[in-house]
Amino acid sequence: MIGQIILIALEALAVLVPLLIAVAYLTLMERKVMAAMQLRRGPNVNGIFGLLQAFADAIKMITKETIIPAGANRFLFLFAPFLTFSLAMLAWAVIPTGSGLAVANINVGILYLLAISSLGVYGTLIAGWASNSKYAFLGSLRAAAQMVSYEVSIGLVIVSVLLAVGSLNLNDIVLAQQHIWFCVPMFPMFIVFFISALAETGRAPFDLPEGESELVAGFFVEYSSLSFGLFFLGEYANMILMSGMVSILFLGGWLPPLGIAPFTWVPGPLWFIAKILFCLFVFIWTRATFPRFRYDQLMRLGWKIFLPMSLLWMIATAGFLLATGMLPQGAS
Amino acid sequence: MTSTIDAYLPVLIFGVLAVVIAGAMLGASLVCGQQKPYAEKLTAYECGFEAFDDARRRFDVRFYLVSILFIIFDLEVAFLFPWAISLSRIGLLGFLSMMGFLGVLGIGFLYEWRKGALDWD
Repeated sequence: MIGQIILIALEALAVLVPLLIAVAYLTLMERKVMAAMQLRRGPNVNGIFGLLQAFADAIKMITKETIIPAGANRFLFLFAPFLTFSLAMLAWAVIPTGSGLAVANINVGILYLLAISSLGVYGTLIAGWASNSKYAFLGSLRAAAQMVSYEVSIGLVIVSVLLAVGSLNLNDIVLAQQHIWFCVPMFPMFIVFFISALAETGRAPFDLPEGESELVAGFFVEYSSLSFGLFFLGEYANMILMSGMVSILFLGGWLPPLGIAPFTWVPGPLWFIAKILFCLFVFIWTRATFPRFRYDQLMRLGWKIFLPMSLLWMIATAGFLLATGMLPQGAS
Repeated sequence: MTSTIDAYLPVLIFGVLAVVIAGAMLGASLVCGQQKPYAEKLTAYECGFEAFDDARRRFDVRFYLVSILFIIFDLEVAFLFPWAISLSRIGLLGFLSMMGFLGVLGIGFLYEWRKGALDWD
C-alpha cells in the first residue's frame, strides 16, 4: 500500500514538475513570440536567447514584499491565488499524455475537467472581494460573469463530442479519433471551443477582467510578490490545460496525423506536446493580433451566438448519428 | 467499490501534492521577501485618491441575472451528459424525449432573449 502510494506520488511529480517548468517557459515563449510578431526581439539578455529569463523573474518575484491592504480580508486574500494555482495544476491528474498514460485514468474524466475548471471562478471572485478595492471588485464580477457564460457553450460542445464517442473517459475520447480527428467533421465546434477557451482563461481579445486601461489590472490590482505570481502562473497553467483539452477533444490527443510509417515512429506524448504547443502558439498569435472586445459584445457573442450555435449543432449531431446508425455502441 | 477508490486514489495524491507545491511557493515568498508595511503602503489602490467608501457595495443586477441563467443552463448540460452517452441504447424515443426537454428550455431561452435579459448596453 505504502509502496503504491509512493509510486503514484512519483508519477504525479513526473507530471507536476514538467508542468511548472512549462508554465515558467510559457511566459517566456509568449514574450518571444509576440516580440517576433512585432518585429523585435524578446528577452535576450539573461542566458542564451534569454532562456534564464523565466528563472530571473521567479527569483525576483519571490524576494518582493507581500503587501496585504489594510481593508482586505487577510486569509481570503492569500487563499485566492493559492486556490487558483492549485486548481490549475489539479486538473492535470486526468490528462492522458499517451495511451493510458494518465496519473488517474478515471471513467468520468471529462466531467472532472469540467468541474475543476468551473471551480476556477472562485479564485477570481474571492480575490476581487477580499482585496476591498473597487477595481478588483469590478474586475472579479466581470471575470465571473464571463467565465460562467462561456462555460455553457464549452459544456454543449463537449456533449457534441461525447455523442460521437459514447464514453466520458478521456482515453476513449482520443481513441475514438483513430479514423478521423474530430476537428474535421466538427470544425465549427472546434472554433467555438477554441474561442470559448480564450474567454474562459481571460486571454486577449477577451481579457476584460484585467482591462489594464480601465480597471488597471482587474481582480489582482492589490496583489504583489508571489501572491501576484501565483495568479499569473495560474492563468498560464490554465492556458496549457485548455490547449490540452483542445488537443484531446478535437486534435486526436497523442495520435499521429496519419497512421503510417514515418508518423508512427514518433512517440505519442511528443505528438501530444506538439499539439499543445501549436494551440499555445495560436493563443499568443490571437493576443498579438486582435483588439479587446467590449463587454456587451462579449456577452452577446457568448449567449446569442455561441450558445444557440452549439445547442443546434449538438441536436444536429445527435439526429445525424441516430439516423445513419453511426452512434457508438456505448460501454457496458 | 474498491475499484472506484483505487481509481480516485491517484487524484487524491495528485491533489495533495499540487496543494503542497502551491502552499510552499506562497510560503517561500512570505519568508524570503522583506516585510516592511506602513499605513500609507497598505491603503487600497484607487489611482492615487483615498478610497471614497467601502468597495463591497451594490453592483449591477445583470451580473446576478447572468449567474441565474448559468445555473439553469449548467443543469441542462448536466442532463445532457448521461443522454449523450447512452443514446445508442435509448434510440429514437430517448432522442425525442430530450428534444421535448430542450424545446421547453428553448422557449424559456427565447423569452429571456426577447425580454432583453441577455443585453448589455
